[in-house]
Amino acid sequence: MSGTTSYELTVNGRAVEVQADDDTSLLHVLRHELALAGPRFGCGVGLCGACFVLLEGKPTPACDTPMWAAASKRVVTVEGFANGDVLHPVQQAFLDEQAAQCGFCVSGVLVSAVALLADNPQPDESAVLAALDRNLCRCGVQRRMVAAVLRAASSEEQP
Amino acid sequence: MTLPPHLAANPLLSRWLHVADDGTVTLRTGKVELGQGILTALALLAADELDVGPGRVRVAAASTELGPDEGPTAGSMSVADSGLAVRHACASARRLFLAAAAAQLGTDDLTVREGIISSAAGRGRTSYGELARDVDLDVDADPDDVPKTAGDRRLTGEALGRLDLPDKVTGQPRYLADLVLPGQLWGRVVRPPSPAATLKIADVEGVRALAGVYAVVRDGSFLGVVADDEHDADRAAAQLRRHATWDEQQSLPDEDDLAGYLRDGPTTEFTVVDDPGTPEGVAQRFAASYSRPFLAHASIAPSCGLARWDGDEVRVWSHSQNIFGLRLATAQALRIDAERVVVEHVESAGAYGHNGADDAAFDAVLLARAVPGRPVQVRWSRQDELTWSPFGSAQVVDLGAGVDAAGRIVEWTCDIWSQGHTARPGYAGTPGLLAAAHLADPHPLPAPVDPPAERGAGSARGAVPTYDLPVRRIRGHRRTEVALRTSSLRSLGAFTNVFAIESFVDELAIATGADPLDYRLSHLSDERGRAVLEAVAKKAGWADRARGGDLGTGIAVARYKKGGWCAVVAEVEAVADVRLRRLVVAVEVGHVVHADGVRNQVEGGAVQAASWTLKERVRFDRCRVTSVDWETYPVLRFSEVPQVEVVLLDRPDLPSVGAGEVAQGPVSAAIGNALAEAVGVRMRDLPLTAERVVAALEG
Repeated sequence: MSGTTSYELTVNGRAVEVQADDDTSLLHVLRHELALAGPRFGCGVGLCGACFVLLEGKPTPACDTPMWAAASKRVVTVEGFANGDVLHPVQQAFLDEQAAQCGFCVSGVLVSAVALLADNPQPDESAVLAALDRNLCRCGVQRRMVAAVLRAASSEEQP
Repeated sequence: MTLPPHLAANPLLSRWLHVADDGTVTLRTGKVELGQGILTALALLAADELDVGPGRVRVAAASTELGPDEGPTAGSMSVADSGLAVRHACASARRLFLAAAAAQLGTDDLTVREGIISSAAGRGRTSYGELARDVDLDVDADPDDVPKTAGDRRLTGEALGRLDLPDKVTGQPRYLADLVLPGQLWGRVVRPPSPAATLKIADVEGVRALAGVYAVVRDGSFLGVVADDEHDADRAAAQLRRHATWDEQQSLPDEDDLAGYLRDGPTTEFTVVDDPGTPEGVAQRFAASYSRPFLAHASIAPSCGLARWDGDEVRVWSHSQNIFGLRLATAQALRIDAERVVVEHVESAGAYGHNGADDAAFDAVLLARAVPGRPVQVRWSRQDELTWSPFGSAQVVDLGAGVDAAGRIVEWTCDIWSQGHTARPGYAGTPGLLAAAHLADPHPLPAPVDPPAERGAGSARGAVPTYDLPVRRIRGHRRTEVALRTSSLRSLGAFTNVFAIESFVDELAIATGADPLDYRLSHLSDERGRAVLEAVAKKAGWADRARGGDLGTGIAVARYKKGGWCAVVAEVEAVADVRLRRLVVAVEVGHVVHADGVRNQVEGGAVQAASWTLKERVRFDRCRVTSVDWETYPVLRFSEVPQVEVVLLDRPDLPSVGAGEVAQGPVSAAIGNALAEAVGVRMRDLPLTAERVVAALEG
């Protein structure tokens, strides 16, 4: 099938150029062309949050984003959060709170949490619940995740 | 002395343990990580038994080729069964290393710390790593080796971080869908549109001609495609689906009369308890029926399988709960010798019972056969995951009680109507693999059955009340012709049975003017049951509980199989919606191996049970399952999840038992009891949605 186009975008701070069919999803390119496994496939229609990435800073389902909509934009995946070996405070807080079971939803939850804290460094619990409400977790770890986000927010208070 | 059963079945130490020159211990058990943290718990036990740092123990993936056969990872038995075997295997290995150290150092007065073996008298030291080449682990475990007693263990009970979480918070490739082997291709299966549909026409040639397509496989009603990447596979599958013609049947029951469907039968009848004697002093009789609908596993990851044929042998990578069972079922379905099938475990998202993992693995086996030498990964769609994974059975429970003049229960009757709760691959003597049932020469899916009573039963799990009841008659009626495929889902029949029992006991308490907590305690002499009830009541502030207005507080208790105890208090607010505000859960699962792991399992089980209770119901018309995505099968969301507080009662003097399923039943009943108090109407059919509350209030 034809319709292959060259796309330039920035992924985790790095400029990349990929060839893809026009209807290829951003998730497919991230996972297969760029070997970024962090965004997971969960539903394919943007209803579960497992594939969330930051697109221009906003949590966006990569499964439901065609490449033409990601062209020339900045994409950050969960792999882009750590600074070298130093985890992002939210990632560290997820370890501190042991906020996962199977962990399949965690990449996407972290994306929502990082976006929230960038927007609102001191959220209250209801703001966290609202920010994570597009992410599904089937193991029932939601309360630990909320506690982790609040812990990360309070740890960022101290320099 | 005798070996623990799982070690007796797999006595060779090298199947369990490998020690490298650098002192790293690799533990390989037959248990698999399902998100429950089992590998961390088993690594802790090994580290403690060997006296090495927990960081020195690696856990290798389960494998039919290299590791022990421990049956399925299910039924909350992993710590109990595998833990015993691991401890004993490590005790045997430790003895062999100490003997080698004694020969080298010329003394048998030795101590082990952090993998270093030292002479107490200062005659030198060596280590597991240094001795690794001298110690032969290709020997059987010795029944006379004695693992440490509770008092000698140092690490168990300690809250240690899960070994798998660092990968998971940094998005590392860890799941089966992330595994890419050299030369890998991607497959998709085009499933029938409804459970009884058969394939009439498919555009095999047209799709085979598409760019990137390697093979189109049609065998009976099994239809699939192999392509060079996921994108091409999806596109080819979409075209196959568009041009396929199916013959569909109206094979499904009325979704609004599941009780009628289950009662109509045909059924297999069985007796669970039939106490002799006749009840004395019955002053009043009560009866009520309770039910739940079919439930979906609804894992966040769709099922996935990977397979590669090399000559006449096939290697399979699967997130199955039972890789040895999958191996046998695969061989049986292909009519080949099991020696030609190897299955390795790779993690996927959380599993809460027998889901689509085995079916997806067999899909991959069938598609990979068309491209010899090339690995083929098959990942299901969300719709296939929700409509083709086995469901948890719908169930109806009829309860009756005779109560004496003092309000005491003197007679108890129970009739359970359900489909079977187990159809694991190979369980009923047939492969039990989805695609095998669709082949031109099919292996039909067996009707689901129930595990035997000694293994915890199925429909009747949890059906025997933990209360002191003098005359009980408990019977099961299992439907043997099923419209929808069902198999094990977390806690099997116990969820519905406990919901029914603990709702009914609440109704009896209220009818006889007793406090629900006092009423339970007055019928419960088991001290472990009393302990969790009293602990939950104290933590939740039962005596001063929230009630009145739109608020209600409910309590429930149960024992899971012959294992752990759990009591729950739920607080519900019913205004525009049914709002679960708080769950307090007291749990006693014997000796606690990994405290935070137990808490995490209990919290997660409680939230999942709340989701089942408040929201979940597989929908269908007379032909098709219509719960196909997260909008048509909604589950509890972040904004709906209650506060969960867990009280953990540790009993180091008792064996460890599983924690993953103890909360399911008590949570549902506590919510139901709270809702009844909040709205003044008893809801007996799950899920407890706002629409049903409104209907009940109007009715």
